[in-house]
Amino acid sequence: MPTVADIAAFCTLPRRPAQPPRGLWLIAPSLVLAVLFFYPLALILRAAFGEEGAPASLAAFREVLGSVLFLDGLEHTVVIAALSTLGCLVLGFTLSMAIAFVPFAGVKFAGRLIDAIISLPTFLVTLAFTFVYGSAGLLNAGLMREFGFALPPVDFLYSQWGVILAEITVYTPFVMRPLLAAFSTIETAQIEVASSLGARPWRIVGHIILPAALPALLAGGSLCLLLTVNEFGIVLFIGAKDVITLPLLIYGKAIQEFDYTSAAVIAVVNVALSLALYAVYRGVLGRFGGARAGLV
Amino acid sequence: MSQAQTLERVADGSPGGSRLAAAAGASRIHFEGISVTYGETTVLEGLTLTVNPGEIVALIGPSGSGKTTALRAVAGFVRPSAGRISIGARDVTDIAPHERNIGMVVQNYALFPHMTVAENVAFGLRARHIASRVVAERVPACLDMVGMRAYAQRYPRQLSGGQQQRVAIARAIAVKPQVLLLDEPLSALDTQIRRAMVDEIARLHRDLPELTVLYVTHDQTEALTLADHIGIMRDGRLQAFDRTRPLYQSPPTRFAAEFLGRANLLAVSKFLPIAYGRARVSIAGMSLEARNPHSLPPERRALLCIRPHHLRLAAASPAANRLLAAVESVQWQGEVLNLSLGIGDDRLLMTCPPGGSPPTIGSRIEVFCDPADVSLVPEDADRR
Repeated sequence: MPTVADIAAFCTLPRRPAQPPRGLWLIAPSLVLAVLFFYPLALILRAAFGEEGAPASLAAFREVLGSVLFLDGLEHTVVIAALSTLGCLVLGFTLSMAIAFVPFAGVKFAGRLIDAIISLPTFLVTLAFTFVYGSAGLLNAGLMREFGFALPPVDFLYSQWGVILAEITVYTPFVMRPLLAAFSTIETAQIEVASSLGARPWRIVGHIILPAALPALLAGGSLCLLLTVNEFGIVLFIGAKDVITLPLLIYGKAIQEFDYTSAAVIAVVNVALSLALYAVYRGVLGRFGGARAGLV
Repeated sequence: MSQAQTLERVADGSPGGSRLAAAAGASRIHFEGISVTYGETTVLEGLTLTVNPGEIVALIGPSGSGKTTALRAVAGFVRPSAGRISIGARDVTDIAPHERNIGMVVQNYALFPHMTVAENVAFGLRARHIASRVVAERVPACLDMVGMRAYAQRYPRQLSGGQQQRVAIARAIAVKPQVLLLDEPLSALDTQIRRAMVDEIARLHRDLPELTVLYVTHDQTEALTLADHIGIMRDGRLQAFDRTRPLYQSPPTRFAAEFLGRANLLAVSKFLPIAYGRARVSIAGMSLEARNPHSLPPERRALLCIRPHHLRLAAASPAANRLLAAVESVQWQGEVLNLSLGIGDDRLLMTCPPGGSPPTIGSRIEVFCDPADVSLVPEDADRR
């Protein structure tokens, strides 16, 4: 007759072989991150507090942060990023509305085009801008030929506005992609019922579509803000006079002037700015329901 | 003061409220030869139909029959390729949906998820720039009508399906529309809640008798319970349209008989019209008396329409108008007994209360049907 112990042994499933602690899986990626990301970041941080071997000091911070060049770069960075993001939001929302809610032939093609633009390198748009709006571009050449201008009449490209326009062109699809996904989840019936209740198109956009798309709009806008704050290629490629942004300043200090300490200080400020924006992005997104959408 | 009176007072007692009030008799819906085509496909063909003020008209039919297209044409979401639609005296064919003064309730409720129940109900009033004081009075009054006042501050996701549909109805009637369009409003609800909601809508219409309602459904029970008139759609055409009871009792086509309620349709070998709108009908060698509501001449091919619940076991019935049938199956379903009977080549479904001892399979029984309950249907009327 089987004993209680036998029955217990029979009913007990065989134990799984011992698993390694879960933390072990983190070691390899942590090492990669440490070597490729945290160590260089630590070196930059260290460099910002003085040269190697010398005691850490805030002297470089005081000198750089008080300089006109830095303040000018910071102002340009913030203004360009803010206006570009605003432009991306307005243009992206408008275009997305048209693609999502205005039936026209080629809607699918428009969607594919957005994906294609996202995949293009940023300098390509800038290069195209130079060909179209540059001093010797199509527009200026045409105007000079037709109206006899001695100098190129359109010269916005080499100003802050040229950079902003190029960034809007490059980054608007980054707003449109999440917006189109959000619009596809809005029930057509909601819009129709709102219309039947007497709401005009603008009220429907403001009271039905915009609230539903707000998390996506914030996500796309925040992404644009982060990308434009750190944008380097477009600003460098346009070569606008007197338009210095923080990434450009870091490049100048480090590569052209070999002033690594100043470059490191500006890089630290740039990283802090990006992290602060990211924190605001998370906070705002959480406030407006991004958590429900799985975005936070 | 009743809820309906409260609504009237709110609607008419203020400058903002007067904008909500529809003129008496201004709520007739009229379709005049409406056709809707998408490319080569015609989804609605020459629909001519009138919904009189204060009536509920149900459009029923299978999927793709054009009933929802007809409703959406009234709402302005479908542009007719031919014909005109008017609401009251106004031709609305070319008018934008937001200017048509309609209320609409759809199958999936379409509540605005980021707004509370009260905000949802107030949406249409605010869209029409109704004074805040009127909105503040009207929203609770409408929520009272559908028993949802206690839920005013909840969001749609915090409500059950039935509650959401109540809110959707309150939102639609809040703007005091000329006509209310209901597009399969109960289809997403389970059976018990659906029954309760049918009662709710019936009560609502009693409270607001001036409200003209176009009700699209595929559920015959909803249509029979609520509608004053029923239109039966098929393949984009209106197959039949009549007051509810006559349409049920005297279906003009085979399709109407089969779609509106269950019906046995027996092939008639011959019939002879007799007095009082009736006919003597021969079926499988047996003779019956039936109504001939469409005055069919004897040369027309006809079917005899017998509703399953109009058949009775003949034991305690008059000697005339009996059919001899073989019992092929017996199904007990609690409150009802379903019998399948064979008469010649035809099958006859019969339902009766389950009391007593049911007939046994294979036995031959006599069933009785009252001549007033059976009618002749033209066999080829709905062929296209």
